[in-house]
Amino acid sequence: MLDRRAVVKTLLARRGDLLVVCGLGSPTWDVAAAGDDPRNLYLWGAMGGAAMIGLGLALARPERRVLVVTGDGEMLMGMGALATIAVQRPANLAIVVLDNGAFGETGMQESHTARVTDLAAVAKGCGIPLALDIADEAGLARLEPLVRGANETLFARVRVEAKDYPRVMPEKDGAAIKARFKRALGL
Amino acid sequence: MSTAADDWPARVFAALKTGGISQVAYVPDAGHARLIELARADAAVRDIVLTTEEEGVALAAGAWLGGARACLLLQSSGVGNCINMLTLMQNGRFPLLMLVTMRGEEGEFNHWQVPMSQATAPALRLMDVDVARADTPEEAADLVAASLARAFGEERAAAVLFSQRLIGAKRW
Repeated sequence: MLDRRAVVKTLLARRGDLLVVCGLGSPTWDVAAAGDDPRNLYLWGAMGGAAMIGLGLALARPERRVLVVTGDGEMLMGMGALATIAVQRPANLAIVVLDNGAFGETGMQESHTARVTDLAAVAKGCGIPLALDIADEAGLARLEPLVRGANETLFARVRVEAKDYPRVMPEKDGAAIKARFKRALGL
Repeated sequence: MSTAADDWPARVFAALKTGGISQVAYVPDAGHARLIELARADAAVRDIVLTTEEEGVALAAGAWLGGARACLLLQSSGVGNCINMLTLMQNGRFPLLMLVTMRGEEGEFNHWQVPMSQATAPALRLMDVDVARADTPEEAADLVAASLARAFGEERAAAVLFSQRLIGAKRW
């Protein structure tokens, strides 16, 4: 079991020109905690949409790398997106699911992944061959360079502790977050 | 009713191309079959088959974030699947162009299509989506061009409904 804040910090420590889309709730706080950056798209809603926002962005900017950081609850709500992404298979898209087996924002109720569902197997079954199940530091060390440089669509389920962390809240105005992101891309 | 001789979907596709659309997302649909075929045949357009329509709403936001324009093709029933995801457009001022083929209107055999058909335009308006409706082959492409310009110019959501009279009732 890994610490989600440490995982995100590790993945973003050498982010280079990585573009990041964060699923609502804890992943948004985790990415903000690792350090604010105009190239972060923080979501405060639109549950189930993070991976597809990542796909639209990855297809629009094939020369840039895109990382979606989300949670098990958010991924479960939009699980069909994994099939859609598998058909497109952009080499510049990585999806990392911080899987704590719980719906953190609503009171840590147990999620499907704590009971029966294996999201790495789901991703593989949807047609994403590079689907990893990461549970320790050695796995994280293997994942970190792949997020920046895998030459195919990457999915990683990262098992993290079901623990509450202090909320680190970034900008909340969606239009401002978007405008800042686009400016950082020179758009 | 459209005829085989009047390829109005080709004019709609031309309007999408002129408007800079490079990603066409869709849930397979008989009413949009020609448009989907044109998108798939065009190397400059990425065709993206979805498992549910709300994926296309999120995709369009991501595309715009990266400086590209996406269009979502769906049936009236699919509008119901999009509702919460449309808050992306309101909260983030993301543009969205939806082309909606209407079921549950003239000549509909399957009455299960009627409730969402009746709710389509009001539901879109409730979510602050501009709604235009094309009833004839002559007006379809012009309405699409105008809605596209508004959606991407104003960064808001716009839908064009293609009436069942325009697309023809499904044959059973």
